[in-house]
Amino acid sequence: MNMIPNAAKAFIPADYKSAVKPVWCPGCGDHSVLISFQRALAELALPPEQVAIISGIGCSSRIPAYTNCYGFHGVHGRSLALASGLKVARPDLTVLVASGDGDGFSIGGNHFLHACRRNIDLTYVVMDNRIYGMTKGQPSPTTEPDWDTAIAPGGTGLSPFHPLVIALASGANFIARGFSGDIGGCAKLIVDAVRTPGFSFVQILSPCVTFRDDQQKSWKNLVHAAIVPETDDPSRAARRLMTDDGFNTGVLYRGHRKPYQPIPLAHSAPSHLESEFAI
Amino acid sequence: MTDSLQSNEPPKLNSVGEFFAQALAIEVEATERYSLLADQMEVHNNKEIAAIFRKMALIEAEHRNEIARRAGDALVAGRPASFSWTGPDGPEAIDCESVHYLMTPRRALTLARFNEERAVKYFEAIAAAAINPQIATFAAEMAADERNHVIWVDQWLDQLAPDEAGWDDDPDPPVHSE
Ligand SMILES: Cc1ncc(C[n+]2csc(CCOP(=O)(O)OP(=O)(O)O)c2C)c(N)n1
Ligand code: SF4
Ligand SMILES: [Mg+2]
Repeated sequence: MNMIPNAAKAFIPADYKSAVKPVWCPGCGDHSVLISFQRALAELALPPEQVAIISGIGCSSRIPAYTNCYGFHGVHGRSLALASGLKVARPDLTVLVASGDGDGFSIGGNHFLHACRRNIDLTYVVMDNRIYGMTKGQPSPTTEPDWDTAIAPGGTGLSPFHPLVIALASGANFIARGFSGDIGGCAKLIVDAVRTPGFSFVQILSPCVTFRDDQQKSWKNLVHAAIVPETDDPSRAARRLMTDDGFNTGVLYRGHRKPYQPIPLAHSAPSHLESEFAI
Repeated sequence: MTDSLQSNEPPKLNSVGEFFAQALAIEVEATERYSLLADQMEVHNNKEIAAIFRKMALIEAEHRNEIARRAGDALVAGRPASFSWTGPDGPEAIDCESVHYLMTPRRALTLARFNEERAVKYFEAIAAAAINPQIATFAAEMAADERNHVIWVDQWLDQLAPDEAGWDDDPDPPVHSE
């Protein structure tokens, strides 16, 4: 959560748009998530040069190219490692991280646990389409066990990963869920996530219309605002998230953990760093 | 997400300035959404639909400029609110998830028509609920503008042949990795 030096200046979502046209399939939920990012940044009145958007690999991870903030399209599954380093070194920047269910929970699963545990002041947005979209539709950790396709005949039969439960158990300070079709709602969640100090995790259900068109049709009707208000009590949140139907949206947990931010080194000149490595 | 014509409750507007800020925000969003959809279709080489969405964006941009002119000094300070809707999306913005890379002109224009009709209903509801007579007059004017857009889209639709079955058949479809 950064102080906003020039909050008086008004921004509009278009101020965060880059000249690069998205290559996502028309109808992909990620288009809407991009608009939510832009609206959230406008609402936060953050100058683009004070924001960094870091990602891994996947369709969802293409987001940084489509904004004119600082960005880093990193290595598959390593977005949180990159973002943690950046935030620790440059606490003045607002750092958002964009990922997918494959990038974030499969290859990047271990980084996810420890990013929650460290509680660095980051906003982690995972566009969950329960599939590896970019590599043509393999099942991901959040895929339903009975999703039957040519690549997993009869379904994987594997129990899905519960990202929100795992985030809570690992120490995330803010946990929310949105649906890409609710652009305004997701923008508000991102605003809230950025404003809450510490590690904020926002799962956005974002349909892949090319490989999982079946789910796009139903998600629209399945999502619903959580009927109980947000809680700061981890045990209540745990009970709620364990019994969650996967379609409750809104802020589901907001804790009070102090973010991890090491004191910057007094001597940070390159020569000093070199001396640290001297044998 | 916007299946219903009434998905956006009209907001409580306290002044003519607030009304114009809201109206301007709707038109800004509509312009941006049509441009975004035109970009998507260009990237996927559906040039015919890209041209339709580009034209709709141009019409919305003209409407946006016209509202700014009508508002004059009444417009509240600052730029329009970026997301003050009570519904999930702006009352005149096509749902991003309702488009398809092979969509036909008829499908694109049917979406546009639905959208313009939502805008008519939205402004009619503001006019009906307004206590301030000036807001009621301006909202009725806006509803009339949007009704003209509906008529114009209808005329365009009348010139089109019906869609053939299988319009979304792709001879080289994206396939799951085997
Ligand atoms: C080290 C490495 N392993 C595998 C890949 C192949 N790969 C690219 S994207 C991807 C999965 C992306 O899935 P997700 O994060 O859910 O993104 P989506 O495309 O669904 O948005 C994989 C396995 C890679 N790029 N690098
Ligand atoms: S393959 Fe799926 S996730 Fe990737 S851009 Fe297309 S619809 Fe979106
Ligand atoms: Mg995915």
